[in-house]
Amino acid sequence: MARNLGLLVVILSVTSICGGASIFTPISDAHRSAALELFAPTDGSFGSLEEAYEALRTLQILGVDKKPDIRSTTCTSVENTLWSPTSNSKDLFYALRVNTLLKCELNDEAFTAIASRLKDSVSDARSLLDYYHSVGSLSLIKDQTSEVDVLLGDADGVFRSIKALSQSDGRWRYSSSNPESSTYAAGIALEALAGVVSLASSEVDQYLIGTLKSDILKLFDSIEKYDDGAFYFDEKVLDARGEQGPLSATSAVVRGLTAFATATSGSLDLPGDKILGLAKFFLVGIPGNAKDLYYQIDALACLDNNRQVVAYVFHRVAIPLILSPPATVLSLTSEEKFKARVNTVLGRAAPPLSVKLMQVFSDGSKDASIIAQELKFDAENGIHVLDGLPKSVDVGNYVFVVEIVLHDPENKKLYATGGRIKVPIYVTGVIKVDSAEIAVLDSDHGSIETQRKLDLPGKNAVALSANHLQKLRLFFELTTPLGHAFKPHQAFLRLRHETKVEHIFVVGNSGKQFEIILDFLGLVEKFYYLSGRYDIQLTVGDAVMENSFLQPLGHVELDMPEPPEKATRPPPQPVDPYLRHGPKAEISHIFRVPEKRPPQELSFAFLGLVLLPLIGFLVGLLRLGVNLKNFPTSPIPATFAILFQFGIAAVLSLYGLFWLKLDLFTTLKALGFLGVFLMSVGHRTLSHLASTSAKLKSA
Amino acid sequence: MGKSSTAKDAQALFHSLRSAYAATPTTLKIIDLYVLYAVSTALIQVGYMAIVGSFPFNSFLSGVLSCAGTAVLAVCLRIQVNKENKEFKDLPPERAFADFVLCNLVLHLVIMNFLG
Repeated sequence: MARNLGLLVVILSVTSICGGASIFTPISDAHRSAALELFAPTDGSFGSLEEAYEALRTLQILGVDKKPDIRSTTCTSVENTLWSPTSNSKDLFYALRVNTLLKCELNDEAFTAIASRLKDSVSDARSLLDYYHSVGSLSLIKDQTSEVDVLLGDADGVFRSIKALSQSDGRWRYSSSNPESSTYAAGIALEALAGVVSLASSEVDQYLIGTLKSDILKLFDSIEKYDDGAFYFDEKVLDARGEQGPLSATSAVVRGLTAFATATSGSLDLPGDKILGLAKFFLVGIPGNAKDLYYQIDALACLDNNRQVVAYVFHRVAIPLILSPPATVLSLTSEEKFKARVNTVLGRAAPPLSVKLMQVFSDGSKDASIIAQELKFDAENGIHVLDGLPKSVDVGNYVFVVEIVLHDPENKKLYATGGRIKVPIYVTGVIKVDSAEIAVLDSDHGSIETQRKLDLPGKNAVALSANHLQKLRLFFELTTPLGHAFKPHQAFLRLRHETKVEHIFVVGNSGKQFEIILDFLGLVEKFYYLSGRYDIQLTVGDAVMENSFLQPLGHVELDMPEPPEKATRPPPQPVDPYLRHGPKAEISHIFRVPEKRPPQELSFAFLGLVLLPLIGFLVGLLRLGVNLKNFPTSPIPATFAILFQFGIAAVLSLYGLFWLKLDLFTTLKALGFLGVFLMSVGHRTLSHLASTSAKLKSA
Repeated sequence: MGKSSTAKDAQALFHSLRSAYAATPTTLKIIDLYVLYAVSTALIQVGYMAIVGSFPFNSFLSGVLSCAGTAVLAVCLRIQVNKENKEFKDLPPERAFADFVLCNLVLHLVIMNFLG
């Protein structure tokens, strides 16, 4: 309980000083390996030209050398699309995009053929996506060859038509029939408009460009923010392209912005902290699917425009610089230094600059020590190092406030540095434990009965004994490496009885001195009147303490009085789960002992014995002089008589079979047939016999 | 003196019974013999059970009851076939024998089922 409370306090204090303090790191090898995994082609090619473009562009930006070998199949697909008369502007757009990256061998004929088709589709376009694909395709042709005429005659008209789809909050609709507006649509509209401006045969009206700039600023009014300083655009509506989210919407807006800024020569006046915030949004984590990874990397590439800056074409959206410390935990014992790296979002080197440590806030306190110390630049590793921590930095949590100072004043307009950057730092060290001792005191006078010195955090095994009239006292001192007082997160004293009943006490402190006095007279009820041996254990720990310890100190034999009748019993201790839920003893099944059977010889003897009366019966019959005189002699009655005897024999043998193997139902079935037969035959025979004897009687 | 007279009386009785019995018709003697046979078989089975114990009790019962049952049916047949019996004057002996056969067959079906 006390432990949980301590942790909660720590979390609250950390979040209070860290409002805005968090670490962002530029693109790293983790992104590269994720890209290789996600953009693996299936069977030598990607699903569609759109996916192929996403994969190639991402891998190109990340500088991944190992590219999948899909050039031949993809180039074939590009050529087919470009030559096919049925391709629409979307297919042509992606085919041309892939061609920009792969540089397939296409001659100007192909471009000429589609250029006129694309110009027609621009004038026939009705929805935003139509404009985007056709204008985009024409710009791509313009980049790839200068021979083909792609300039738009009525650039103003196209501009106005696209602009007509915009909403008052800066978002765009996909078409005039669809009332829902989308931020993603705003992004692609900006890109399309940038294309229109660059393709215009005569210059586009500056008034139109000015209205568009105010639209962009309106869009920036709806920007949303995370607590750690990341800015993003949220997408409120699910549109025809399936689910869009903040990542795709923000990525589209960034692409559109940068394209527009490049196309128009005037500056956009976007606040640098918002650009930096957008960069931070894209640096949070690595997405799990290919499309999201493409959006992330593409947007970062736009922010970190890698193209050669031609003298009079400026990139007017500021390039964000990211400061990332390689380690946020510094150890005083090993004298680690505070280091910081400054890169662009794609990990390229920053222009010449220096990093200054301006302030150091400690652990929740509002006032900070002003330092203004410059970090030395280690050119070999490209890292800025602070020589020695400030004098006041002791063990604990700190927030280092650093500032990036660009050496070239011209660069101030080109780069967004983010002003004061807050970096959370943990400084750990070894806490000295001194003057530790444990004693048993007499309660009346406080006189010491037994006292032992303790070696903390080493091994101890003291043996004390006390009765309920005495007190137990534990004392020690904690000092930080710089000699200050230190209050750890956890300072617990635990007494555990032989029956596993345990009691935990928090050791309080005043300054450096930690002391706890257990008055057993008042604790008798709490201890459930249990006398016996109690093991003593001391826990002192903290996140910034390198030598946190949990040590058994020894044991104390406590002599408690007899519990009165109404005393509370100690709570039942948790049973070892393996005893309760573990496997039980095996039950051996006792089968029913079979009955004792008599020996076989006895049974056979009696079998013989049972047959004796039968023999006696037959002998007796012979003695009586039985004869078959009454057996009918004429053929028909004789047959019936024989059949009668035979029928009885059959029934008896059926019974025998029944006993040996048949079941009742088959037997009854057979018996039915035999019975009917026997009845008829018997009736015939017996009636014949009856009539014969009646004739004899009457005669 | 008393002893010899009782012995002589018993002997005289025995002789008279024997001579009277000789007068019975052969058919009835056959039936009597059959009854004797059935009962002796039953007694032997009871003796066996007394020696080895009644473990498959159903078998013992079926054995003994088949003997007893067939004896009873034979006795019924004797009653019905006996010409001196005025009650069954109109019943032809063949009919009685048919009943005897039928009842025996039914009895033995039940016995075989119970034998196990």
